[in-house]
Formats: sequence, C-alpha cells, structure tokens
Amino acid sequence: MSKSQKIRKVSFEVLRYDPDQDSEPYFQTYEVPCQDEWVILDAINYIKDELDRSLSYRWSCHMAVCGSCGLMINGEPKLSCHAFIRDMPDHIRVEPMDNFPIIRDLVVEMDGFVEKLADVKPYIHPKEERSIDDGCHTQSPEQLLDFQSLTQCINCMLCYSACPQVALNKDFIGPAAMALAHRYNLDSRDQGREVRKDVIASNKAIWECTFVGACSEVCPKHVDPAAAIQQAKIAATGDYFKSFLMPWTKKNKGNSEGEKS
Amino acid sequence: MNVIECDVVIVGAGGAGLRAAIEVAENQPDIKLALISKVYPMRSHTVAAEGGAAGVAKDEDNYDNHFNDTVSGGDWLCDQDAVEYFVHQAPRELTQMEHWGCPWSRQEDGKVAVRPFGGMKVERTWYAADKTGFHMLHTLFQTSLKYPGIERYDEYYSTELICQDGKCHGLTALDMRTGQMKFFKAKAVIICTGGAGRIFPFTTNGAIKTGDGMAMAYRAGVALKDMEFVQYHPTGLPGTGILITEGSRGEGGVLVNKDGYRYLQDYNLGPADPWPRKKAMELGPRDRLSQAFWHEQKKGNTVETDFGDAVHLDLRHLGEAKITERLPMVRELAMSYMSVDPVKEPIPVRPVVHYTMGGIDTDINTATNIRGLYAAGECACVSINGANRLGSNSLTELLVFGAKAGQKAAEYIAENNNDAIDNENLMAQAQTAIDRVMNLFKHKGKENLVSIRNEMNTIMEAGAGIYRDEQSLKQAIDQMTDLKKRFADIELVDKSNVYNTDLIQALELGSMIDVARAMAVSALNRKESRGSHQRLDYVERDDKDFLKHTLAYYQGDENPTLDYRDVVITKSKPAERVYGGKADE
Repeated sequence: MSKSQKIRKVSFEVLRYDPDQDSEPYFQTYEVPCQDEWVILDAINYIKDELDRSLSYRWSCHMAVCGSCGLMINGEPKLSCHAFIRDMPDHIRVEPMDNFPIIRDLVVEMDGFVEKLADVKPYIHPKEERSIDDGCHTQSPEQLLDFQSLTQCINCMLCYSACPQVALNKDFIGPAAMALAHRYNLDSRDQGREVRKDVIASNKAIWECTFVGACSEVCPKHVDPAAAIQQAKIAATGDYFKSFLMPWTKKNKGNSEGEKS
Repeated sequence: MNVIECDVVIVGAGGAGLRAAIEVAENQPDIKLALISKVYPMRSHTVAAEGGAAGVAKDEDNYDNHFNDTVSGGDWLCDQDAVEYFVHQAPRELTQMEHWGCPWSRQEDGKVAVRPFGGMKVERTWYAADKTGFHMLHTLFQTSLKYPGIERYDEYYSTELICQDGKCHGLTALDMRTGQMKFFKAKAVIICTGGAGRIFPFTTNGAIKTGDGMAMAYRAGVALKDMEFVQYHPTGLPGTGILITEGSRGEGGVLVNKDGYRYLQDYNLGPADPWPRKKAMELGPRDRLSQAFWHEQKKGNTVETDFGDAVHLDLRHLGEAKITERLPMVRELAMSYMSVDPVKEPIPVRPVVHYTMGGIDTDINTATNIRGLYAAGECACVSINGANRLGSNSLTELLVFGAKAGQKAAEYIAENNNDAIDNENLMAQAQTAIDRVMNLFKHKGKENLVSIRNEMNTIMEAGAGIYRDEQSLKQAIDQMTDLKKRFADIELVDKSNVYNTDLIQALELGSMIDVARAMAVSALNRKESRGSHQRLDYVERDDKDFLKHTLAYYQGDENPTLDYRDVVITKSKPAERVYGGKADE
C-alpha cells in the first residue's frame, strides 16, 4: 500500500475581504506544495499555518459530515474537505460560496439559511400522543426508505450556492429547506403536512423552482432536492384541486395518498 | 459593557447542549435560555459519531448486562450509582429520540434494529446506518427549532465563568462576527463543550474539539477528574485520523497484521472464530485493541504506509451488498481519503485519539462544586466511562445527562431566585475577563502559536500516548510547563475584529495547554495500569491504592495539585476483565 509521496506546487488564488479594512474584495495568491492525497482544505490549512495567519474560513470534521467548509472552487460549489487536489489543475481559485453575503474572506453569512430551515417546521407533528412508556413507533424498512435519502442533508448550503432562483430571489426558501420539509411530510410518524403547506405552497417556495436541477448536481450527499421539490409540487397540486372537489378533506390530513405519487 | 440577562446559559450546542436546552424549554417555557456555541449547532462534533447508541432493547438483554459491560469495560473506575441510573434511562432517551423523528435503522418487522459493539455481551447498539451521531444531532437541532424559548447565540466563543461566593453567575463570550465581548449574566450555566482530542496529533476529533469548557471550569476552581484516561480508537485512517466505525467490526470485519494474521488472538482475545463472537477478538474493548497494535508495531508486524505504521481492517468477506447497505460511510471514507475500496482491498488503520473519559468533575446530577454550574457530555466526568469508555455509550450519555442537566439547572433557579448579588463585583469580574481577551489580542510578543500547537501535539503523543512511564511523563510535564510560559508571549498576526480565527485559535490553544497539563500530571501520579492508562513501569492494576478518581486542581502557571476520591461501588466488586472465549464461561 506504500506509495511514494508526490508533491505538486499549486497556486491558490484566494478571495480576501475584511470589512474593517477593505472597501471591496480582492484576490491574493499563495504557492502551496500539495501532497497527492490532499484535499483543498489541507491546502487552506497550510496557507493559514505557514503563510498567512490572517485568512479566515470555517472547518471542523474533515470528513464531509459537519457541513462547515463549503466554498467555490474554480467556480463550482464544493466541500473543501472533499475536493481532491489530484483532480485539479495547477491553478485553483477559491472563493466564498455564491449567493451569500460575505462576512470576511471565505466566511459567509448563514443566519438567513438557518431561518429558512426553521420556517418549514422541521420536526415531528405526531399523529397521536405517545408517551415514552408506549415505546417506539413501528416503521418498516420500506417506510424508512420513503424519506431516508432526504435525511442525509448536512446543511452545507452548496445547493443554495448553485441555485439560480436563490440568486434572483432572496426570499426563496431554497432547495435544502424544501427537501427537509418533504422529509418530514414523508415520515410515517408525522402529520405536519398541513402546517408546512403554508410555507411550501407559498409564492416563495416550490412554485419558484424552475427545475434546473443544479441543487441535486452539487449535493455531496446525493439528497436530490430537485426531485423532492417536484414531488411536493405534485402533492400540492393535488391538494389544490381536491380543495374544490372535496372541500371536506382540507383540514387535518397527514400523509395523503397524493404525497407519494 | 454589553450585558445579556438570562436565566440559564448553555455552552455548546452539540448533542448534550441541545438535549439540555430542549429539556428546559419543554418543561419550563418561561425560563430565559441562551444557547451559546462557537459553531452553528449542526457543525458540533456529535455529528461525526458513526456506530450507534447503547440502550437495552432485546428480550434476552437486561439492565444488569449493560451495567456489567460498562463497569468491567471501564475497569471498575466507573461510579456504579451513575451507571445504574444511566442504563435505566438509556432506552427511554433513545425512545424519546425515536418520537422526535430520529431515523433509526429498522428490522423487517418495523422495530428498531440493534447491532453488536465492542465489549458488549448482548447486542444493544441502536444505529441509523453508520451515521448515528449525524442523525441524532440533526434530529435534536430540528426539534429544538420547535421551541421559541431557545435563544441561540451561534458563533460565540465563551471565555470565562463569572462566579461569586461559590455560585456561578454567567460567563463572558466573544461574538466572533463583530469581535465584541459580551457578559451573559445568568443564574445557572451548563457546560456541554465536548472533548479535547485536538491536544494529540492523530485524532478522530474535529478541529473544534479543544477542551474549551473543561479549561473554563478548571480555571474557575472545578476539578478535572480522571484526565489521564484518554481513549484511542483502534481503527482510524492513518494521516487524517478519520474514524472507521466499530460497527464495521460488529458487522464482521477483521483486523490482520502484515502477514494477514488475526493478531488479536495473541493478546488474550481469542479464539479467532470466523464469525463475530461478542466480547472477543475484534469485538474486544478499545483499550485492549489499541494496546495490541502497539505490541505488533514493536514486533515489526505492522504495515508501512506513507503516514506511518498501520494494520489492515479487512471487510472483503462481507461482500459488496452488505458493505453498501450497512457501512456506506465506511466505504465512501476509505475510497475518498485512502483510495481503497473495502470491497476489493483491506483498509489500513491505526489507533487514534478518540475520546476523553475524564472531564469536569460532576456528581450523579451533573452538578459541580460551584453552585449553579453543571456539565454534561464528553466535557464532563460523571463518571460512567471509568478508565475506558464502552463503544456506543457516549451518544446515549449525552442524552441521559444532557436531559438531567437541564432538569437540575431549572430546579436550581426555581429555588435560588432571591439571592443577594453584589452586582458591581460581577461587572468588575466580567470586565477583567474581557480585558484578558483584549490583552491577548494586543500583546506584542515573539512566540508563534502554530509552532507551540505543533510542539504540544508532539509532546503529548510521545509522553502520554498509548503507553507511558515515569520518564516520558516527567519529560512531557516539564515541556508543557515551558510551553505554557511561551504561550504567554505569543503575538497574533490578525488584528481584525471581524471573524478573527487567529484569536480564536489562540484562545483554544490556551485551553488545550491547561487541559494537557492536567492529563500529564494525573497520569504521572497514577502508578498502576488500568483501562486506557497503561504504564510500562507499573503494569498491574492496583485496587488498594488506585480504586480512586483523580482530581486535578488548577494552579495557574504551576502544575495542578491532585486529590483523590473513592469510586462508588454498589454491586460489582472489582474483578479481572475477561474477554475472548473465557468471557462466555
């Protein structure tokens, strides 16, 4: 398994911006001797430790699960801990994620994103009162599969960075939040679809999505928000027509059959 | 001064902090709650736990089994009253997580599935594929959004507890986005800041695990307990230290040396059955497996890699279908970071620092010796983990004791509402704490924090690693004392107020240095081998002198002073830890 260690000089063009000192962002270039196994994050840590202590960025787990370290890497939104230098050219441009205000250098403002997550009420609205002594719900592996892929979102926000609709409309709640709403709607333990509908079927949610599919392409966890949004559209359309045909079904419906179509 | 008045401040928004916050908000919605964290909650390191959470689930299992596995796994250093409470609460808390939507993996009949883990007599590890910590953290975070009473302060770095007459009245914290220091004036504080694995060079721990809360309590006068016990996880990736879950061995993965030999059978862990036998071989406890690696390395039986010596974790016989279904993350991590597909090749692994068994000294109710100050999760030592934590107890621990801390803090403020407080004194203390940060920020010095951090890593690995002796520990202590002095003379390069990570890393390094010194001094004085603490010069366990918790008290630049407290023994008298085939007898 022992391989000879390959070192390659790569030049990194990194966006810098400190609102205390800079009137506008600029690029600074660093030459980094990169090892073959390195990811972009390793190179950025090298810059911070060896070349420039003033560079600011977020990271923690280095294993693509904490979701902290998303960046634009040569123009594409990627997790910097999961972007391998061996797959890249000798010149790499590193910028903060698109579609978010910059706080400093590579750090972006994410409170708006967290608020959008909260807006879809992403928690179980139980079908019936259940105490701990009643034990766990029964949920078959098939029922788990209905929503399992949507639980994989690590909130890295790469999909917001890739989405053209997020770029145009600040209020658009965006792919991750809609996928999260759909995750709970599809959970056999939940009946919160009605309370989420106000947000999901509103003019800042699913109807804004033009199905470009960029969100699903950049998702490092294969969540496929685009498909979730399309399913939600179909379900919402069903609700809309049903509200004329069968007005009595409007309230208190949980996972209606339209959901899974 | 910028003062934020609240009732309860929780520091740390990982599993324990979120669980504590929900407990308070659910039962006492009138309590004004501040949840402070240096990262957004879903970035907390709970997210990286893979294998699962232990709690009795099967008919053939019972609380006594979980108790006995935990106590013997901890080499009898656990407080047995705390373990008793823990094992009874465990299934209740895991059921609560199910009600909150945690996507536990299921059996065909729709019941929650459990898997075997190291050191476990009957399988009782609840899991959500191999991303259990991730799913628990996100379930807790999403559930927390239900409660408007939980006021979050994301990306605030807490620096110092403010106490008066033996009571805690809040803390100072740095708003990382503005560089502004604030005083969170509170009636109770709960610390849930996780472990300190970043003290060591090879660790599964994320960059944020720097012992901040431990150092904060320690400097305020709370003892750090049993800090000499640092768990090495036997299967991390060389170089990055990325964790390959014990679940991979629970599913049948085997460890082999350079000759393809299952070497664990040479270390009292056999017989080498072709199937996973509980409490034997690869399902032995973590301390024994990590120590066996050390011996294999000495014998020259390990495999050389670019990142040092390793052994092989072989999953190939499980087949592609099982690996993909049960261990998708393991496969992805090995392929991405080692260029190894476990379906086709064995994965090189080595022991890496994983968990601090020791921590802030609390009683069974998560209370410290400072009134109104509580701690839970990895930062605390309650102690259920003793000298070696049983795999999959930590995720359950943060639920059980996170909830307990929330209850106790709420009870405390209900009973202590009319205390006379010298407000002027509190403000003066807070100002001193704020000035301390500002001085670090402005100090002109000649030391560089990166080299001090690297030296600390090297010193601790060499002097206080898997095996220790008097000479290695004395050397580590002297070198760390010197580093602490040099740290006082660092100069920050970054002078900005906005998101200054140079400053944050300096504060983190200050925490790590204090915690590391407590580890080394506690280790030197424990003249026995027990669990994860292995002395080459004292190879036996010594129950006569050391069936005791170590308590280390902060003394500024001087080394900590030590005291000892008897372990609480209720029903399990210390005995030999038996693994392998003999464990079935």
